[in-house]
Amino acid sequence: MTMKLTPKTATLLVLVALVVLSPVLFPSGYYYRVGALIFVNAIAVTGIVILTGYAGQISLGHAGFAGIGAYACALAPVHLGLHPSLALLLGASVSALLAFLVGRPILRLKGYYLGVATLGFGILISMVLNNERQLTGGPDGIEVPELGLRALLNDMGLDLTNGQFWYWFCGIAVILGAWLALNLHGSPTGRALRALHGSEVAARTVGIHVARMKLQAFVVSAVYASVSGSLLALQNKFITPDVAGFMHSIEMVTMAVLGGVGSVLGAVFGAAVLTLLPQVLTVFAEYEQLVLGLVMMLVMIFLPQGLLPSILRRVRGKDE
Amino acid sequence: MTALLSVEGLGISFGGLKAVSDVSFTVQPGEITSVIGPNGAGKTTLFNMISGIYQPGSGRVVLGTEDVTGMAPHRLARRGMSRTFQNLQIFQSMTVLENAIAGFHLAERGPVLADLLGLPASRRRAAQAQAGARALLARVGLDRAAEREAGNLSYGALKRLEIARALALSPKILLLDEPAAGCNAVETEEIDHLIAEVAKSGVAILLVEHDMKMVMRISNHIVVLDHGEKIAEGDPASVSRNPAVIAAYLGTDAEEAAHADG
Repeated sequence: MTMKLTPKTATLLVLVALVVLSPVLFPSGYYYRVGALIFVNAIAVTGIVILTGYAGQISLGHAGFAGIGAYACALAPVHLGLHPSLALLLGASVSALLAFLVGRPILRLKGYYLGVATLGFGILISMVLNNERQLTGGPDGIEVPELGLRALLNDMGLDLTNGQFWYWFCGIAVILGAWLALNLHGSPTGRALRALHGSEVAARTVGIHVARMKLQAFVVSAVYASVSGSLLALQNKFITPDVAGFMHSIEMVTMAVLGGVGSVLGAVFGAAVLTLLPQVLTVFAEYEQLVLGLVMMLVMIFLPQGLLPSILRRVRGKDE
Repeated sequence: MTALLSVEGLGISFGGLKAVSDVSFTVQPGEITSVIGPNGAGKTTLFNMISGIYQPGSGRVVLGTEDVTGMAPHRLARRGMSRTFQNLQIFQSMTVLENAIAGFHLAERGPVLADLLGLPASRRRAAQAQAGARALLARVGLDRAAEREAGNLSYGALKRLEIARALALSPKILLLDEPAAGCNAVETEEIDHLIAEVAKSGVAILLVEHDMKMVMRISNHIVVLDHGEKIAEGDPASVSRNPAVIAAYLGTDAEEAAHADG
């Protein structure tokens, strides 16, 4: 069998190289934590790439699913006695089910109903997490049990710091998430999603069940957001309702748009830029909302394809 | 011979304005039936009702023996109805090949989980669809443009791509809305041959077309609409002699009639 470098393989190779080689440049152990945070965001943004980049649907409440994933890892081990890894799966299942129930009636409608409905959904989840103090600890947040895998690895002789462990763990998760999204892109389902994005009426005439396909994309992207929330909770060992907040939803969309919303590699790129900025520029932290809005506007006006695709195009243009 | 498609008293109004009223005709397998009429006669509206894009206000659409009035397009596709559009509906940012593969959706679709995991079954389905799509692209003369982004193709090429995508469904009936509009003489002739060939293979073809020469040359049966009503029906020779038809064309748009003669 001959090896052909398909776009999918190339993207995965670049990702693996990024994950493996980046630590060489880390000035301190602290950057493992930043890297892990980038990966956590990149997983959620990969879900947005599927929903918005492939299928052309907008969600303004995906942080709600991240909240479900996060709090599943905080609550299920304590109240249900589940291992944190199973709590992650439980969170993903609940998110998928809720996405199905919320999306099913809405995705039959045309237009921007999904954006509005998900906005409401995100706010609802955020309110529940804030108000159900007895269960969730309210706005002060809640502790999340240890995953326990690092201790297991230590016993096996693989001595990693906490930051290192989560860097590699989330790095593998990002690559896995990207692999799934790239598989989907070239698959019959991914093609149908991109087709209905291009022309809904033409998609329907070739037999694509538009509402069902959109629903599938919505459910899959909700699972990505949920897993991202779970990983965030597990690595911080503490979680607040901010994870489900509106700003987090907007952050996900902005990262996707910045990276070029149809591109999996762009998702990681967008997540990296917007996760690093506040670390590098401390002023950014105070004006985060302002900067997010500004980034979104500037990208839309000057680089509608997203930052990464625009850069790649320019580089290729010079080669020719 | 039993009709493949029967349109019975079909009508629709938009805001009190009758766009199409009481139109009936049948389409036979292996035959080319054309719908003609001056601009605004309701041809595309009729198409949109038959293909499930509009809900008819009155009347029935019968496909084979089944009443499919107002049925959603994706369900009609499963029953063997396929169409193209007057204003191109191409998946612009996908490649030419992928546009054609999309036409095989019903054949290649499968569980989303298999597609996410890239299971062999999913790849096999996609590969089969791709082989079928390549064959169709060769048939419409677009095989060399397969890897290009569809948005970059010429208008005539996109018209042929739409036909290829519609043929991917292996339709029993194919609705073509002005397939030669905006095409030059050579392209028109190519499309002309293609349509005749498809009809020969037993597919029923329903055609809306402005190019009168083409309509007269390839149609077995012609239905004439004016102001949303059927004013004449018959074979090309009888329709072209029909006084009502001549009046409709001369009365509303003499220039167009002259163009049709030229």
